[in-house]
Amino acid sequence: MANKKRTNIYMIGVGGQGIGLLSEVLIRAADYAELNVRGVDTHGLAQRGGTVQSQLRIGEGIYSPLIQKNSADIVIALERTEALRGIQNYLKEKGTVIYYNTSWQTLDVRLENSEEVSVNDINRAAKKLDAEIIKVYKEDLKETRMQNVVLLGEIVQNNILPEIKRQHYINALQDLMTGDKLDKNIALFKSLVK
Amino acid sequence: MKSLGEILLRKDETSEIVIGNTALVRAMIEAGTRVVTSYPGSPMPETAEAIRSISKEQRPFYFEFSTNEKVATEIAFGASVNGHLSTVFFKSVGLNVAADSFVQLALMKLKGGMVVVIGDDPGANSSQNEQDNRHYAHLSYIPVFEPSNPQEVYEYYKEAAKLSQEKEMPVILRLSTHVCHAKQKVNFSSYKQQEFDSKPRFSSENENYVPITSKVFPMKRRALKRIKDFKSYSNKSDLNKIIDNGNKDKGIITMGVPYLSLRDVMEDMDNKPDILKLGIIYPLPEDVIMEFLKEHKEVKILEELDNVLEKDIKALAFEENIETEIIGKKDIDDWINEYTPDKVQDVMSKTWPSLFKKINSKNHEKNVENRPAQLCPGCGHRSAFYAIKKALSEEDITVADIGCHTLGFLPPYEMGEVLLSMGHSTSTGTGLSLFNDSRKVVSFLGDSTMFHAGLPGIVNAIFNDHNLTLVIMENGTTAMTGHQNHPGTGSNFNEEVQPIPIKEMLKGFGVKNVYEIDTYAQTKLKEVMEKAVEEDGFSVVIATHPCMLKFTREARSKGAYKDNKVEIDQEVCHQIHECVKEFGCPSFSITEEGKVFVNKDLCIGDGSCIQTCPVDAIGLEQSNGGNK
Repeated sequence: MANKKRTNIYMIGVGGQGIGLLSEVLIRAADYAELNVRGVDTHGLAQRGGTVQSQLRIGEGIYSPLIQKNSADIVIALERTEALRGIQNYLKEKGTVIYYNTSWQTLDVRLENSEEVSVNDINRAAKKLDAEIIKVYKEDLKETRMQNVVLLGEIVQNNILPEIKRQHYINALQDLMTGDKLDKNIALFKSLVK
Repeated sequence: MKSLGEILLRKDETSEIVIGNTALVRAMIEAGTRVVTSYPGSPMPETAEAIRSISKEQRPFYFEFSTNEKVATEIAFGASVNGHLSTVFFKSVGLNVAADSFVQLALMKLKGGMVVVIGDDPGANSSQNEQDNRHYAHLSYIPVFEPSNPQEVYEYYKEAAKLSQEKEMPVILRLSTHVCHAKQKVNFSSYKQQEFDSKPRFSSENENYVPITSKVFPMKRRALKRIKDFKSYSNKSDLNKIIDNGNKDKGIITMGVPYLSLRDVMEDMDNKPDILKLGIIYPLPEDVIMEFLKEHKEVKILEELDNVLEKDIKALAFEENIETEIIGKKDIDDWINEYTPDKVQDVMSKTWPSLFKKINSKNHEKNVENRPAQLCPGCGHRSAFYAIKKALSEEDITVADIGCHTLGFLPPYEMGEVLLSMGHSTSTGTGLSLFNDSRKVVSFLGDSTMFHAGLPGIVNAIFNDHNLTLVIMENGTTAMTGHQNHPGTGSNFNEEVQPIPIKEMLKGFGVKNVYEIDTYAQTKLKEVMEKAVEEDGFSVVIATHPCMLKFTREARSKGAYKDNKVEIDQEVCHQIHECVKEFGCPSFSITEEGKVFVNKDLCIGDGSCIQTCPVDAIGLEQSNGGNK
């Protein structure tokens, strides 16, 4: 049976890293590209530094916004520990993981009960799935709260979602913000996406 | 930038990407809802955010956050018997608070109509249980509509409101977490704003509203008759629909989120079973269900949480002598957790293993620890727990309540060892203090929760002269659900009001020993606690500090935020690790060699950690800065 074309995107980070904006831009950009979309943010007590996830499904024959385990075409992570969690739980074979190379240590790491997740841990887990790895870090980024937009820029620059074009993202950003904030985000986005 | 308020009020047909909670607000407007009330609680608070996007002047209905769900329900009831279409919305366990009045609603003639919107939380994403509120429908004789996605939230609310108005009876719209938060493009109809008048229509002349003794029976009779009559509507409603895959053998009856999950799991499957998707889940469309049963040899009842449908459908089949095999829950696991696509795959693989593949779990090389929610950097509760822990001995008993401070039960504080419900802490603590001369009892209670359901326990502790200490964790907001105002803040949803001063209120009640102290004054707080727990009788410590998440957000939006961080002088640091392991601010990180550094992405420069360092190695980056 021929499967309909569907793309599952699994986003993961820590409450406070701006995953909400990232997922809102993506779903709106996909809509501007006239794609059928379903999304959901999972945030029980998100503000308090717990794991937050957002799921986005694009294509035909999709009903629930929730993705099945090991079936995400793309895992987008804002931080290393969550990147590893996302890969292990959701990334499918030959999928793509794109993550911001920073670390928000878990309580267990801070109490020295376990070791911090390293770039090597992520590489090993992704290679087991024969997945593509895109590691993102912007040295000169002044506002850490804009790491989400850096990731967004890299998603576009690497053509991870070929049906969604640069202008669709700009339209989405314009839907969601105004004034200085919009100017700063658009400027950053444009500087990353040639 | 798009204006949500403008979209929600747009008269023309339109479509927009929104979550279920937002779609609900558009439906309220189109339906002509006049009075809406609520108490904040996940998964529902975004509904109020959508309401806030419409200015008070332009808002076509009255909205308020009431002090608790029972109060909110009573206000919506009062408005309805006065002729106004009303709605109350709250989270799953909120219904328990509202229940005393809620269970009376079906007895009454609700002139204006009333929709009760409940946000259930299968998976306990942000609740202390995953109670299945469908049980309440049976208990209270109130019909239940259950949408599965934001488009249906919008459509079902309008239908529920229409029915409620026509039949002058309450209707429940049951949502669940991932219906409330699901996002999709929703198509909104055009609408005409209704003309409202201000005529109070309440009349007890020909209608009894006082159910006392024998007056109860005719009211109950009418409620039962109304719910019985509702079945004929349910049978005809196109909210119940059949997905006909031409399968004469197997069928599945389901609804809501499990329906969506099932469709996904079945999408690429051969020999798909037929599906009966219920939109009205109480009272059941019995004729539709009977026909579906007759057409199939085996029917699976796929329902999240409890076996409510299963029992009703099996009873129906028994009475009607149906031979179809009806398959309900297989084991205890089937009763637990949300029916995500993975869960449905698992449940169905236990039912029809030849059709549904079993999911194999994978082993991972490295175990990634869970990252539970934690107190934010700068949180006043952290300073409070850190100081109070030092004032108590190991064997003393600490009682948590609901709110951000519940997170104190996690390491490193481990404060607040028992939790029931909103406002329970003083009374549970009271029980723990009986026949107990050796272990001191300390209860914690947030300020918003105190106004919600905490006051009766406090009054009781005074009335019956109990011996315990209550710590009111005052952060000046309802923080956990997104910073809603409460009676102590000086503003309600709509305007500024006189705040209720907590200290004066408690003194007015007659509490002899009330202390109020900023939690950042850790040494002082410790001393106050030591004194308070030694006192005979009921003592209260108001441990106050504004919610720093709210504080920094507001400062940022006003342009008044001073970007400052703490830093560690590595030459002074002795790696005692008090800051990272006892105070436990998440801004402190640690290297494999035990060196402590500050995560600048997280630190807000509040400086509450500085005093915790025994060797004074922590300081602010800018010596003259900081917002301490």
